Amino acid sequence: MRSHRYWTWPLRLERRAEPSTIMRIASSPLAAVLMLLTGVVTLSALGKDPVAAFKVFFVEPFSSIYGIGELLLKATPLMLCALGLSVGYRANVWNIGAEGQLTVGAIAGSGVGLFYGAALGSWALPAMLLAGILGGMAWAAIPALLRTRFNTSEIFVSLMLVYIAQLLLSYLVHGPWRDPEGQNFPQSQALADNALMPALIEGARVTGGLLIALALAALSWWFGSATAAGFRMRVSGMAPAAATYAGFSAHGNIWLAMLIGGGTAGLAGLLEVAGPIGILQPVISPGYGFTAIIVAFVGRLHPLGIVFGSLLMSALYLGGESAQIELQLPSSVSGVFQALLLFFLLAAELFIHFRLRRPRR
Amino acid sequence: MTPAIPVPPRQVPRLALRGISKRYGSVVANDRIDVEVAPGEIHALLGENGAGKSTLMKIVYGVTEPDSGSIEWEGAAVDIRSPAQARRLGIAMVFQHFALFETLTVAENITLALDESMRAPQLAARIEEVSQRYGLPIDPGQVLHGMSVGERQRVEIVRCLLQRPRLLIMDEPTSVLTPQAVRQLFQTLRQLAAEGVSILYISHKLDEIRALCDVATILRNGKVSGTAIPREESNASLARLMVGGELKECSLLPRQPGEPRLELSDLTLPSTDPFGTSLHSINLSVRAGEIVGIAGVSGNGQKELLSAISGETSSATAAAVRLCGVDAGRASPVRRRRLGLRFVPEERLGRGAVEEMSLADNSVLTGADFGLVRHGLLQKHAARAFARETIDRFGVKCAGELALAESLSGGNLQKFIVGREIRLQPKVMLVAQPTWGVDIGATLVIRQALIDLRDAGVAVLVVSEELEELFSICDRIAVIAGGRLSEAMPSSHWSAESVGLSMTGVFEAAARPEPA
Repeated sequence: MRSHRYWTWPLRLERRAEPSTIMRIASSPLAAVLMLLTGVVTLSALGKDPVAAFKVFFVEPFSSIYGIGELLLKATPLMLCALGLSVGYRANVWNIGAEGQLTVGAIAGSGVGLFYGAALGSWALPAMLLAGILGGMAWAAIPALLRTRFNTSEIFVSLMLVYIAQLLLSYLVHGPWRDPEGQNFPQSQALADNALMPALIEGARVTGGLLIALALAALSWWFGSATAAGFRMRVSGMAPAAATYAGFSAHGNIWLAMLIGGGTAGLAGLLEVAGPIGILQPVISPGYGFTAIIVAFVGRLHPLGIVFGSLLMSALYLGGESAQIELQLPSSVSGVFQALLLFFLLAAELFIHFRLRRPRR
Repeated sequence: MTPAIPVPPRQVPRLALRGISKRYGSVVANDRIDVEVAPGEIHALLGENGAGKSTLMKIVYGVTEPDSGSIEWEGAAVDIRSPAQARRLGIAMVFQHFALFETLTVAENITLALDESMRAPQLAARIEEVSQRYGLPIDPGQVLHGMSVGERQRVEIVRCLLQRPRLLIMDEPTSVLTPQAVRQLFQTLRQLAAEGVSILYISHKLDEIRALCDVATILRNGKVSGTAIPREESNASLARLMVGGELKECSLLPRQPGEPRLELSDLTLPSTDPFGTSLHSINLSVRAGEIVGIAGVSGNGQKELLSAISGETSSATAAAVRLCGVDAGRASPVRRRRLGLRFVPEERLGRGAVEEMSLADNSVLTGADFGLVRHGLLQKHAARAFARETIDRFGVKCAGELALAESLSGGNLQKFIVGREIRLQPKVMLVAQPTWGVDIGATLVIRQALIDLRDAGVAVLVVSEELEELFSICDRIAVIAGGRLSEAMPSSHWSAESVGLSMTGVFEAAARPEPA
């Protein structure tokens, strides 16, 4: 009998008997650490001093009240979008178009502010917030309707609607809503003071929107863990067949998930225009709606995780900006860091259910 | 292949497992297991679910590596690192769930699974040669979908035989076959053994093992609890080795049934799934205080029928399904549950229970109307109490009501799901495969619970592929084949033969009730 020897990988993946609790908690921090290490290596390869680069990225932007305000300011729309998206993701409803819902929310909310702001007086801001939410919901209702009526993929429909929303905004600020006194710049009139969110801290731009986002995080936690509707959505996400068996309405879940995601994204868009921007212009978001998808997963779809995840992502945005200025790095550096984070996160999640093991010699 | 010579004793074993151990976390799946399989021997591996049979076979087939112990193949020590290597050694395995592509032909499916490449005409010729030689009729050019489970199993066996194996592993091969197909399979296996092929036959069906196997190794809790010559044992003595104690039989006392609780009239349902089965004018009535069984080979419309009754799919007319006197054919599952229907589906994980949720949360799945949800809010204390009482009453072995559903063994989870539905005060109880993959102890608990329900005046409908089960707990039995349902007749009017014949769709010839 000839004995066979075959070359095999020195390590094998083996399914764990039960999911690892340690990895469940550690996967996000682990991914963040691996992202930093890879970032250091990349920056060194580009000839930058990694220690200095680290300072530029993660220390300098946050060494002033203003800097911390910026961190919280950018975290706000990320947190809002990610909270809404995570409700859907937990229920297997894949809304990818928060960026579009954010844009339409901004249009609807600031439209109220621009045209009825004076008439509404001190009610202007609440009316705008409401219009922002409804605008985002309306945009999200399109993929929900198509999914429930025609079984189209909400992933593609919501994604494509992002570009339509951006073109709609572009049309408005180049055409009917353009400020006649604006020297032909494609932008609306500036929002009046009664249509702007109050600042939260003296000397920083962060607004009361942060408090709304934090309150919604708490609400989302309560919704997910204490209500029957939240329970039904969790079941739909974990075991769709069990949801059908129990008689939970699949259509109801899709509508609820899309409307919640659209509503929070619309609110985020309005808060941007009625906050740091103060005016409707062709571009109102550096891709918050897309980055929020990463935030939702970095936060493991949990409200508390999302609060931390949005702060981390916001820090990457700011670090990327300061790296552009001080280290002459291209603007895509923040994108690289975001992608690294997502990449390591997905890899780390594998080890919740699997482990590496060395075959016996 | 070697010619058909009787196997002399004390020769070099084809396969010898020595001291094989494997643990997953805190669970010891295999504990120092020794098994020897002689050339040409049909060797049974007998044990309840969770006894360690599957793990041991995965080790032999190179899917999993043992933590310790050694494997000898024809006298030489080997490390089996992958299924491909196992196949090169001459080990082939027919799995319980076939990995075949629906849209490809038999020959294409076999090509994909072969390690060596072979030209199409040559392969087709080989397939026909093997299928004729071993009485396994299959057409190499036929597309897989539309083939019955028995035919698919033949494809799998032919695929294995093309590689001229010297050890063939069969994992629960008869769970999907009619009694006639089982006899055919046994003939093939005996012929292979006579030609010198060793067969490792995994099963928990004692009759089959006694009819087919030369030697049996019995596993219990990951250890070898005994070896036996099955022909010289009784079912009871084998069961004792398997379970480690005596077994009680359940008893069905005659009882006069009451009013009809579940009525299907002319239920016709075209399948929405291209590979599903359409239902053709099904008529059935289940009365209060009786158990009606539906026999049949899986894939003949059971799944579709169950969904049509549970409300997961809606019927064309409301009158097609009547529950407790109310037309419910177009009602939602929630509405039907409010009419008194309870349902234990075939898939326990992912349908009857959510894997990653606790037993307390899994109680809320169907128990919302029983005080587990109030004003749209989850009542966590009530859910925990409900789960705890279910666990106590049905002897569910688990870490407590907060244990995740996926951490329970199949039998214990089934006890929990059956218990949950029973505690929700059913008027009509619908149960699919009540004891599939469930160990003998739990099987008796579940069967007795269904009989108790019947005696309490509940209408019970059981869909099962285990004939022996239907005969032991049903007042009446109907057979489903190709989406049509035979008349439901008293169990005593049926024999295994006539049920088997009906499973092939010949209702009239089989349904020959004795003159009254």
